[in-house]
Amino acid sequence: MLRANNLMVRRGNRTVLADIDIELHPGQVLGVLGPNGAGKSTLLAALCDELPANAGTVSLDERAIADWPGQERARRLAVLPQSSSLNFAFSVNEVVGMGRLPHASGRVRDAQIVAQALSAADALHLAGRSYLALSGGERQRVHLARVLAQLWPGAEGQTLLLDEPTSMLDPLHQHTILQAVRDFAGRGAAVLVILHDLNLAARYCDHLLLLQEGRPHAYGPPDEVLTAQALEAVYGLQVLIQRHPERGHPLIIAR
Amino acid sequence: MTAIVRPRPMLITLGLLLLLVFWLSLALGPVSLPLGDTLLAGLRLLGLPVEGGDSQQAQLILGQIRLPRSLLGIAVGSVLALSGVAMQGLFRNPLADPGLVGVSGGAALGAAVAIVGGSLLGGLPPAIEPYLLSVCAFAGGLIVTAMVYRFGRSDGQTNVATMLLAGVAMTAMAGAGVGLFTYLADDATLRTLTFWNLGSLNGASYPRLWPLLIVAVGVALWLPRRAAALNALLLGESEARHLGFNVERIKLELVLCTALGVGAAVAAAGLIGFIGLVVPHLMRLLVGPDHRVLLPASLLAGASLLLLADLVARLLLAPAELPIGIVTALIGAPFFLYLLVRGRS
Repeated sequence: MLRANNLMVRRGNRTVLADIDIELHPGQVLGVLGPNGAGKSTLLAALCDELPANAGTVSLDERAIADWPGQERARRLAVLPQSSSLNFAFSVNEVVGMGRLPHASGRVRDAQIVAQALSAADALHLAGRSYLALSGGERQRVHLARVLAQLWPGAEGQTLLLDEPTSMLDPLHQHTILQAVRDFAGRGAAVLVILHDLNLAARYCDHLLLLQEGRPHAYGPPDEVLTAQALEAVYGLQVLIQRHPERGHPLIIAR
Repeated sequence: MTAIVRPRPMLITLGLLLLLVFWLSLALGPVSLPLGDTLLAGLRLLGLPVEGGDSQQAQLILGQIRLPRSLLGIAVGSVLALSGVAMQGLFRNPLADPGLVGVSGGAALGAAVAIVGGSLLGGLPPAIEPYLLSVCAFAGGLIVTAMVYRFGRSDGQTNVATMLLAGVAMTAMAGAGVGLFTYLADDATLRTLTFWNLGSLNGASYPRLWPLLIVAVGVALWLPRRAAALNALLLGESEARHLGFNVERIKLELVLCTALGVGAAVAAAGLIGFIGLVVPHLMRLLVGPDHRVLLPASLLAGASLLLLADLVARLLLAPAELPIGIVTALIGAPFFLYLLVRGRS
């Protein structure tokens, strides 16, 4: 289980993240919300040891995140960055196959997993194509398949961190991808996902963390976090909160 | 556009091509030997009891001149191509060149110090002069690369973008140093310096060959062990870290391999451009970007291309010889332009 205690990160003299106490539970999806510059990506970087914490601790299975040997950690924790700079003509299969580099599961098993992960990200039809020939949204799905393959099939004790995995996707794929993430968590993995779309967050996340200027403004189930008051305080946006007519989760409508 | 060619047949083809070029390189020159005699004399040099052929002359030319020269060509070509792959992976740019980390500039400065400095001191004993040149070039390359690497480091991390810019600056400074020594040189040393800067396999001898051969074998054995890490590095440094690789260590290893490999190659044969840039690029078009195939393919193709260039260099104006750097640039530069134009369309 990935856990952050009293996490604080500074850049220069500015405190960009403070008072973060979160736990990622097996089988659950935690959504992180907040305006631009609220510290969402900083939080993700601190959780996976990309940025050192100035105070507080991050531990994976009760062991400090920095103390894990790289390969062992990579079998338990996968991270999807906001964008990728890959500029070489790998085939889609090869890109997703890189997710299997920390494992020694053999070529046959790896090929099966690559196909299953691609299928989960609705990108199986792209398998033989060159990565460079894909559109932005297709590339995003391929990288999601890569991090899914890294932890496939996603058992208890594994953690997936996603930074805006739907930012370039069309409306249908925003839902299919988050449903795939949901299914992945359903098999036991813990997931943290940074999102901008409040309605997607309300629908697919078990818990939400609403950040404001690097500090948690609210942390809890969507019903408690997504209130008109909180959203106005954090985003400066006036909203109406309704219920989804069929599913019952909060539905946010700008006034 | 994925690799259409299957890797194994491609590697076998490249291997056969290298054997063929090697054979030609042994046979052809100012005194051309019949291909059959070359083969027989070559087998005899390996200690096999083969009969026939005009043995004496062939064996002498082969053993003393052509063989060290061809082996030098293979070592220089393969090490330059492998270093090119390493640098293009490190900088995640298919147009990177091994010279980017300053190793060529530093080696040129070291050579200038040895050539011009030696003559200013009133000439060195002929016995140590060639060794001093090699040692100075090798040391110059290593020192400048080490400085470039230092400039790129802060807070325990290596910033490759900073390193790239530091490499440009340090190469310019080394160029100024070479210019200064050129200014101080007299006519004879100026000629030596100029020819050295254009590169040549001429005058290859076993004592000059061994150090490079050891480094080349080391690099050729080491880099393929990092093929998976190089693949991951192309995704991005943090992605490679998340896949479990020790990225800082791998960056250091890549720079070290390049500094040692290119330093030794330049020390043995002078500055030879474009092999390190064009060969990896061409191989990537043929076999795709996967380093598990790209590294061995570049090794074979780099060796073949350099031997071919050397054949052109010594046959075109025979019995005179062109510096090989002119030939590689003449082949390499138009090819590079072709790739640019092709990439645009």
